[in-house]
Amino acid sequence: MNEIKTQRGGSNYKWVGKNTPRPDGVDKVTGRARYGDDMIVPGMLHGKILRSPHAHANIVSIDTSQAEALDGVKAVVTSADIPDHPMAQPPYPIIVNDLHDISRNVMAREKVLYDGHAVAAVAAISEEIARDAIKLIKVEYKVLQHILDPREAAQPDAVVLHEDLFTYGVEPKPTKPSNIFRVVNGERGDLDAGFTEADLVIEREFSSQPVHQGYIEPMACIATTSEDGAVELWTSTQGHFVQRTLLSKLLNMEMAKIRVTASEIGGGFGGKTTVYAEPLAIRLSQKTCRPVRMTMTRSEVFRATGPTVGSKTRIKVGMKKDGTITAGEAEIWYQAGAFKGSPTPRAVDTFFSPYTVANCKATAYDVCVNRPKVAAYRAPGATMACYPMESVVNELAKELGLDPVEVRLKNAVKEGDESLMGTKYGRIGLVEVLEAVKEHPHYKAPLGDNQGRGFAVGYWMHGGGLSSAAVNLMDDGTLGVATGSPDIGGSRSSMRAMAAEELGVDVELLKPIIADTGSLGYSFMTAGSRTTYATGMAVVNATREVIDKLRALAAKKWDIPVEDVRWDAGEAIATDNHKDIKPLSLKELAGMATSMGGPVAGHSEINASGQGAAFCAQLVDVEIDPDTGFTSPKRHTVFQDAGRAISPDYVEGQMQGGAVQGIGWALNEEYIYDDEARLQNTGFLDYRMPVASDVPMIDTVIIEVPNPNHPYGVRGVGEPPLVSAPAAVANAVENAIGQTMSDLPLSPPKILAALHAQAAGDD
Amino acid sequence: MARHLINTTVNGDCVEFVCRTGQTLLNVLRGELQLTGTKNGCGTGDCGACTVVLNGRPINACLVLGAEVDGAEIETIEGMAKGGELHPLQQKFLDHAALQCGICTPGILKMAQAYLETNPDPTETEVRFALAGNLCRCTGYDKIVRAVLDAAAEMRASET
Repeated sequence: MNEIKTQRGGSNYKWVGKNTPRPDGVDKVTGRARYGDDMIVPGMLHGKILRSPHAHANIVSIDTSQAEALDGVKAVVTSADIPDHPMAQPPYPIIVNDLHDISRNVMAREKVLYDGHAVAAVAAISEEIARDAIKLIKVEYKVLQHILDPREAAQPDAVVLHEDLFTYGVEPKPTKPSNIFRVVNGERGDLDAGFTEADLVIEREFSSQPVHQGYIEPMACIATTSEDGAVELWTSTQGHFVQRTLLSKLLNMEMAKIRVTASEIGGGFGGKTTVYAEPLAIRLSQKTCRPVRMTMTRSEVFRATGPTVGSKTRIKVGMKKDGTITAGEAEIWYQAGAFKGSPTPRAVDTFFSPYTVANCKATAYDVCVNRPKVAAYRAPGATMACYPMESVVNELAKELGLDPVEVRLKNAVKEGDESLMGTKYGRIGLVEVLEAVKEHPHYKAPLGDNQGRGFAVGYWMHGGGLSSAAVNLMDDGTLGVATGSPDIGGSRSSMRAMAAEELGVDVELLKPIIADTGSLGYSFMTAGSRTTYATGMAVVNATREVIDKLRALAAKKWDIPVEDVRWDAGEAIATDNHKDIKPLSLKELAGMATSMGGPVAGHSEINASGQGAAFCAQLVDVEIDPDTGFTSPKRHTVFQDAGRAISPDYVEGQMQGGAVQGIGWALNEEYIYDDEARLQNTGFLDYRMPVASDVPMIDTVIIEVPNPNHPYGVRGVGEPPLVSAPAAVANAVENAIGQTMSDLPLSPPKILAALHAQAAGDD
Repeated sequence: MARHLINTTVNGDCVEFVCRTGQTLLNVLRGELQLTGTKNGCGTGDCGACTVVLNGRPINACLVLGAEVDGAEIETIEGMAKGGELHPLQQKFLDHAALQCGICTPGILKMAQAYLETNPDPTETEVRFALAGNLCRCTGYDKIVRAVLDAAAEMRASET
């Protein structure tokens, strides 16, 4: 059962908070919507990538002559065709986008660093010829020792991936290269005093495996280069403006020469936030002056595009008998994959930030290993830190005989408190979320045999940032709404609802689109749960500019001061001192605009801030089959502060989708390698994501504590549901089997082994 | 590689195409016939994004060869709406917000349509098992299952 608990009181909104028709809906249920691989361009060539079979090897030589000689092959590229770039220098941002690394990730240069690393690419007149051609490329490798585990890779004597990588963030500055890119710390209070104050201290180690975002649409793009050097790129991406910037820097091209159009995107979840085949497609098309399409196979997606990090954690937490958390200390090792830059700052910020722990310290190590370079996955860096912390808090509460929700309430952060990384919270809704859990019938519902209930809370600091929008009024009073934020989960509905609310007209009069990079100001990616917040704010601004222009138009028509014209419910209305003036509707004004001064449009380019933090709690019931160790989720309720749900159905959809991704992460999904570090499960049969019969209905409770920094109170919703889901599921499993478990995924063999060990111990 | 001249019916239209022996029906639909509504999510029969109905049965088009469909009747997502009217399943998917990115939607709609032909009054569990071969990574399946159950109810009501 889904419900909305609002703190905003009854609103008079007509479109905001309502389930309005989805602008792209009909195209998507009829097969008309065009995704990355659905574009057919006349004269198109087909590109294919040759990938390394080795996890770690020097490239001795590459001979492409036979491939180039094959009939139908039009071009071949290797790393020699991708410009090299110097290494980025500190200080480093949260997300490191080093062109030195990206140029090597899209095409291996001196070495291959993971199974599936791109080595060469061809363009041919058919896919078959392209596939045949890559088999004719001769690569001589010198195989090196590989390393997969982040704690082993962090040891001083470990085999090193990058001879030019020296650990950043430690004193004294190292003289020997290392796999550790950086060490990130956060600290407050006095740890020793905090642990002394505690009545119970629990210290444990945990691990999690890399999991893939699992979007159903493989990466796909088409690059077209004309003889004057202009490039058009059609691609499935979460951020076409970000791609344009990266590609222009990577390939040393002027930004205006690359126009990127975002196709409909078949899922991203953070995975489509960088470039993979795009620079290769551009190079191949530059060499041929023909369109080149590159579409990955599912196997390529698994082997060569970023999964999220796998992790090892050591955590120690102290609690008083009354539930007060007195101290916490955590160390976490993140697998960055082949190149530096895993979301370590987010890990440090995640452990203790939902709680007012006076004394705590978190340290995160960013470690390179012979796996594909990680990419973001829905709250990147937070889920694998939330899981150990919530597990230990649950264990402490259990040992001390305390209610797990009351323990959270006792320690919950409120307005004015700070996250560990020093962000001061504004108006946040953690207490409201926890109160909603306590009141929900699920919390006290009886459990059956072999069943357990789990609970966890997750914290996530949302993104704001750069967004642009344009609202264009047409002669008949309809409007175009253009943004630069790819719509993955229905954001066009929300953009339209906010613009319609401002104008006071029917949503159906507005047509929202995603504009290409040549048509609108810069917009950062659809990521960080930022789109409805930041891009929504730009849409509101642009719509208000249209309204101001319409008021001015009415004032001109009526020959009165513009201050005497207000806008209400789709009409320009003269103030009370002009009683004889009849209002002019949007449609009437639109009809007279061009003859009275020119077209009416509004635009807005902003750097949004104030998005703030969001919290999501989950209650999960699971049932364990004692014969097989198989876990069935039986009931799942997600509680989240959305600030305001502009499109409630799609907010629920985010909560439900994140919860089920978390079920997969907790119970099944993992990257499995053989002894040669070759990925063994490169398809959906063996990389088992949840299917419809694996999961129950996912109930949602949307809590609305409006964000005062957004015109409609939006907080962002996409990521928090995945932060707490694996922790809640794992906790449910633990309660069902009566044992602590510490290594995700809790797959049937692990649970069965735990049950057998328990039975042996009981005998 | 040998070439085959194939005559078939796609969404009620007689269609003729030439394909190579190893070319899948999915590749033919998307490439030769430019019916790109049928999606390619994996190419190994694991995700269901390429579900079409072949002689009344739902199949993964990536696991059938083009050369196998001579004389067959194929229904794809492009033929699901008739005369400008959405099929009840399509309408219910919109009403229930049963799609987010939408890439799995054509395959799920065809699977659900074929399933409801055989079981017009399914339980929630039956719908979940019927759709177990169709991966969706966005929705968590909740709204999809509700949409299929609601469409089934409406289709039963309009039958009587």
